[in-house]
Amino acid sequence: MQKIITIHSPAVLVPTANIDTDQIIPARFLKTTSRDGFGRKLFYDWRYDADGSPVRDNIIDRQMYCPAAGENNAGPVRCRILVAGDNFGCGSSREHAAWAIADAGFKAVVSSSFADIFRNNALNNSLLPVQVSAAFLAALMSAIGADPALQVDIDLPSQTISAEGVGTERFAINGYKKECLMKGYSDIDYLMAHMDRIVGYEEEHRQMK
Amino acid sequence: MGQTLFDKIWDSHRVMRIPDGPDVLYIDRHLIHEVTSPQAFNSLKDKGMKVFRPDRTFATCDHNTPTLHQDRPIEDPASAAAVAALAENTAANGIRYFPLGDPGNGIVHVMGPEQGIILCGQTVVCGDSHTATHGAFGNIAFGIGTSEVEMVFATQCLMQAKPKQARITVDGRLRPGVTPKDVILYIISRLGTGGCTGCFVEYSGEVFRNMSMEGRMTVCNMSIEMGAKGGLVAPDGTTFGYIRGRRFAPQAGEFEECVAKWKLLHTDEDAVFDKEYRFDAADIPPMITYGTNPGMGMPVYAEIPDSAVGCDEAGFGKALSYMGFGKGLRLEGFPIDYVFLGSCTNGRIEDFRAFASAVKGRRKAEGVTVWLVPGSKEVERMIEEEGIGDVLRTAGFELRQPGCSACLAMNADKIPEGKYAVSTSNRNFEGRQGYGARTILAGPLVAAEAAVTGRISVPLSYSASI
Repeated sequence: MQKIITIHSPAVLVPTANIDTDQIIPARFLKTTSRDGFGRKLFYDWRYDADGSPVRDNIIDRQMYCPAAGENNAGPVRCRILVAGDNFGCGSSREHAAWAIADAGFKAVVSSSFADIFRNNALNNSLLPVQVSAAFLAALMSAIGADPALQVDIDLPSQTISAEGVGTERFAINGYKKECLMKGYSDIDYLMAHMDRIVGYEEEHRQMK
Repeated sequence: MGQTLFDKIWDSHRVMRIPDGPDVLYIDRHLIHEVTSPQAFNSLKDKGMKVFRPDRTFATCDHNTPTLHQDRPIEDPASAAAVAALAENTAANGIRYFPLGDPGNGIVHVMGPEQGIILCGQTVVCGDSHTATHGAFGNIAFGIGTSEVEMVFATQCLMQAKPKQARITVDGRLRPGVTPKDVILYIISRLGTGGCTGCFVEYSGEVFRNMSMEGRMTVCNMSIEMGAKGGLVAPDGTTFGYIRGRRFAPQAGEFEECVAKWKLLHTDEDAVFDKEYRFDAADIPPMITYGTNPGMGMPVYAEIPDSAVGCDEAGFGKALSYMGFGKGLRLEGFPIDYVFLGSCTNGRIEDFRAFASAVKGRRKAEGVTVWLVPGSKEVERMIEEEGIGDVLRTAGFELRQPGCSACLAMNADKIPEGKYAVSTSNRNFEGRQGYGARTILAGPLVAAEAAVTGRISVPLSYSASI
């Protein structure tokens, strides 16, 4: 698991609510038995026509790279943050959605709410779901709309998200998950370290079917 | 303060609490299929591990599989590889697998209960969001991602934060011609596609008490479509009667002992929910959806409204434009191209009975393609045993073979771009049934009416008066 501490990046803005995982990655791409390469298929039907040719000026590709901020003119910068409308990631439980977003280079998704399964899938892939208030999201969206190069700062230790002209908001995450993300630990390692408790539980509940 | 049914099951499955973190829950039943398990098996293999409790794990192939010529090798190489990987992985780990063509094969959420794998008061997970289906038996059942599938493989446990709880009560009597699918589409249209996010739902009241297990499964199945982690119904005589005698269920004396315990599975009278919703059965009409999320639903005879709960203005407009509809349009009488009866929502024997009862003595409409896909081999067997197959063939229909089929169009059953499909499945998302496909969700009676008239129509058996 990759560690997350801070993320400082411009954002890709997808202002639609209720983006389902079929939009994030269509089912026809789920036939592979590997976890890799899903980034190319991210939001595929928004980015490509039925015949596979790129949709010109589509909402994703036109925002993926931003002109570098500041004076040193270092070339375009890859966006690491996805800002999306309410109820992001609803629908199918496919973890391929989180794999696709992470594989496309994103480190965090910001929304006013996340579907429960998507949230867990994201956390299990070091993709930080940052849940903010509806008011903060609206302000952030309009600020990015006005300045696509706007830098967004996410700081996991202080659990804050901020952007110039928008302000700072604290987001929630439980202490256990926060530590996992900051240290790069995964849940499975934690569970495996407690196999004695699991076996003990089984012995206590032996008659349970 | 009393406990909810959900609290009781959760507490009895909590292995440990993580300080300032989630609970560790023991998992009684792990259902797997070919799409969301291979990466989990691969990780396990990389670590040199085997599945910890293979006797609690059951496998079927359903998502990728063809619904014609199942006796032949699968044509699509990627699908064939995914199904072959499942056969290999289950054999290597000693997991019971119901392969294509096996009498126990079918959609994971149809065959699981049919085989008696699903009991009461259990924790049930599967790498599939419609795992909520198994809440119909009074279970905590929910969908998980592939990393979580791997955790269950390795430890038979999952980490989960305890969700909030909501209760949805529907009292009164349903009108004739109104099905369990209409009930859940109505509820979702009132609460919105994200209305129960972060919650586990208990369905209570007369309507669910009087519902068959098939009906309860249809309702619980779509809990996820309003964002709920899952939904459950307290088990009762209907539940125990369904489980009794099934292949993997406890038998004879052991079964009676289980029933005695299962009878304690109910919400205490003084238990408090985070949210309570109440609806009157008489208000529920035959429903259809007109948009691109399951919350965009309305009565079959209504006009498309100006807005939907939980939809922003831009999203609402985008949905109508995708569907080729506009605000104020009446869809009754609207011509459609495809009808799909099937899926883990409405691919059970009752759905085929309902569909057959409505088309009996009538003819399939010219120019409409109708896919009738049983949810399992067992449903297929019952269709023939009950003479439903003959009724359908006489009316001009053909039956296909079991699988998820056009619900998510991973196999060849795709609705072409721009075409309208009345589907008894669970999702009308853009592209869900094929690139550019336009899905109108409905119950089996509305689907039957569309199949014989070629148009969106109110079921003949519907009566606005009781």
